[in-house]
Amino acid sequence: MSNQIERFEDPGLPAHIHRNADSDPLAAKRAERQVAILFLLSAVGTVLTIVSYIYVKSDRYVYLPIMGSTNLQQILLGLGLTASTLFIGLGAIQWAKKLMPDQEEIAERHEFRSEEVDRNDLVATFRERAESTGLGRRSLIKRSLGVSLGLVGLSPLLLLRDTGPLPKKFFTTTDWAAGTRLLLDPAGTPIKASDLEVGAVAQVLPELPAGTERTLENTGKDAVLLIRLRPEDFNLDAQRLSWTHEGIIAFSKICTHMGCAVALYEQQTHHLLCPCHQSTFDVTRAAKVIFGPAARPLPQLAITVDADGYLVAVQPFTVPIGPSFWERNSSNG
Amino acid sequence: MKTSQRAAGATANYVDERTGAAKWLKKNLTKVFPDHWSFMLGEVALYSFIILLLTGTFLTFWFDPSQREVIYNGSYMPLSGLHMSAAYDSTLRLSFDVRGGLLMRQIHHWSALIFMSAIVAHLFRVFFTGAFRKPREFNWLIGVGLLTFGIVEGFLGYSLPDDLLSGTGIRIAEAILQAIPVVGSYLSFFAFGGAFPGTAFIPRIFIVHVLLLPGLFLALITIHLMLVWYQKHTQYPGPGRTEKNVVGYPLMPVYMAKAGGFFFVVFGVTAFLGAVASINPIWLVGPYTPGQISAGSQPDWYMGWLDGLVRAAPPIETHAFGHTISWNILIPGLILPGILFTGMALYPFIESWFTGDKREHHLLDRPRNAPNRTALGVTSIVFILITIVNGGNDIIATHFHLTINGIMWFTRIGLFVIPPIAFVITKRVCLSLQRSDRDLVLHGRETGRLVMMPNGEMVEVHEPISDAKKWTLTQHQRPEALPAPLPESATVGLKGKLRARMNRAHATQIPAPTLTDLKELGEGHH
Repeated sequence: MSNQIERFEDPGLPAHIHRNADSDPLAAKRAERQVAILFLLSAVGTVLTIVSYIYVKSDRYVYLPIMGSTNLQQILLGLGLTASTLFIGLGAIQWAKKLMPDQEEIAERHEFRSEEVDRNDLVATFRERAESTGLGRRSLIKRSLGVSLGLVGLSPLLLLRDTGPLPKKFFTTTDWAAGTRLLLDPAGTPIKASDLEVGAVAQVLPELPAGTERTLENTGKDAVLLIRLRPEDFNLDAQRLSWTHEGIIAFSKICTHMGCAVALYEQQTHHLLCPCHQSTFDVTRAAKVIFGPAARPLPQLAITVDADGYLVAVQPFTVPIGPSFWERNSSNG
Repeated sequence: MKTSQRAAGATANYVDERTGAAKWLKKNLTKVFPDHWSFMLGEVALYSFIILLLTGTFLTFWFDPSQREVIYNGSYMPLSGLHMSAAYDSTLRLSFDVRGGLLMRQIHHWSALIFMSAIVAHLFRVFFTGAFRKPREFNWLIGVGLLTFGIVEGFLGYSLPDDLLSGTGIRIAEAILQAIPVVGSYLSFFAFGGAFPGTAFIPRIFIVHVLLLPGLFLALITIHLMLVWYQKHTQYPGPGRTEKNVVGYPLMPVYMAKAGGFFFVVFGVTAFLGAVASINPIWLVGPYTPGQISAGSQPDWYMGWLDGLVRAAPPIETHAFGHTISWNILIPGLILPGILFTGMALYPFIESWFTGDKREHHLLDRPRNAPNRTALGVTSIVFILITIVNGGNDIIATHFHLTINGIMWFTRIGLFVIPPIAFVITKRVCLSLQRSDRDLVLHGRETGRLVMMPNGEMVEVHEPISDAKKWTLTQHQRPEALPAPLPESATVGLKGKLRARMNRAHATQIPAPTLTDLKELGEGHH
């Protein structure tokens, strides 16, 4: 033997094995019946769909295990539709598997690469035609075309300009101002310190000037969370402590990460948690971020009471609320 | 001649005299497609797309894509009298006051989940078998495009009802826009027609969801299928299957019946899910308002990885010169996904670059025979799985009594540590599987029969495997299947060294046994 390595050889396509139904007429008949039954089950499904659409009352509910209380019409329609489609499919597949030819066929592939002569021809033709335009020689045309093509896209872009106004001061302002009353949301009533027990939480919105309607856009900036702690629980500097009132502290409810409502308050730990990305803020330390992706504390709103004893804002928020943006000056928080 | 035959002949004649299609049709009616269960994954995606078009069209007849404020007075009592957008109101009506409306909504949503799952499963099949290699790179790129647009389409779709959960999703999307340096706040105002949430966004994403993106899908899917048709399908290696042929069943009648039937099966299964499995019960969370939120806010699964990345991001922002850059949003929300998807799109070209392989491939790789590629694929999947786990960290924490902080830290560290480990393990497993193939070819399969030799030794009887199987297990190392070694000149410089390094890593193989090996063993009286 030479030291040439012998490899295994392709034994070629294995011999075709006939199915029962190919040789046994009884088996073929049986397969035909199976297919027919499947198709008929589909028809039954369609009938079920029609009947439940017309005759089942749409406000009937039934109790089903696992699913619980279920609208009878919806589930019957669904099961009818399931049967009417599924069984057509199963019938067709059974038909193909049992009765249609099951001998594998061989087809040759063609090479994608074109003949050398065609490729060369194409290049030559392209070059010739391109040259006939004179684009290479006539640099004036080439350059002016470049300018116009470069600019033509600007008009559709420009036309998109009016999709929205400019933000102006939107991101840096809210409706809170000195003396703005805190209104309970959704009741819309002013709130006194005594309305809030220790450990309680309330959502408030600013009282808007008469005649101004509250919009979702306002709420998205103005929502404030009131939390009442025992004053000794606070761990604040003198200024921030002066922004609280009898243990009540107010924060913007809009997460400084991505703007979700920071709504989960853990009474035991005094933590505020944003359910979107789990940024966690410590209420006792002016909503300092203690966990999660948020990079800044929730802005604190300075509050006090007015002559009637209702809670009011001392001043607007000192920093923009909500998520960051390019123009945000974050040098003082 | 029967009437039906005459009618068919007349129709064929009518069409052919006007289009000359007879020749093309004759050839293509008997076109051969190879058979394998994994080739159905792309089909599932295609059929789900058709189901989405059908059910989606139904939904548009009732859905009102408007953020105009209305007062609900439909038949779902708990929300009666509440202020809400017309979008949410019409979705409620669709669910409670249109016969079959809830069913269609649920089929539509389930179908979207299946669509995305099938695309991803199809992507895995194509990647792990090397089906993306020349000449199919275009189809790989189209596929990555379909996946990307699919994620966007799905997100826009579940944002349309304007419920508390989806509105929160839009709020997060707005924050990502807002975080883009220099132009962010402007982009946000342009996208929303002013301040978030405004009244422009739902009508706008509606037209993108029902016209722009479906149109794009139709175009891309058409090209995708035309290329599959023209280039002919890849096939798994096996006896009689070569790079030059395609072995399988003809379109007519077998694949018409099977594929046509399979469409109905996919429809049936999706309809069943829509009938019995509640999905996105928007009436439970109420209308959207920016001041409120529902606990356990979760995106659909194909967005979960993105949410998981965002959750895992460390709290880093740059504050300088009166400007703010949110790395905690930009890195997980835009930069990392950009890198991941660009890398995925470019992979066929990268692999062809470092293997130096510029030949056509129509026979698929068994994943174990491309250990490096398989390991890379598993690495990426593990990375994404960790992010998905973190995307559901609140749900997982409550179900398994873990702390969110613990899962978050597991993710932050795990994202860097676990994927490389997965790479090493996968590569080792692939090589072990190659060894076991080698063993199988040389020593046959274990029969489980024990025989006691005259000297008292117990041996298990091995039976030689069939020639067909031997060929299937060894064909990948036939000389014409192996890539040529890189030329010396291509391995100089930093780029060249990297290329050579990747080339070597990719070429790691257990030598497949040859007939010579087998004969030598036989002579040794094993």
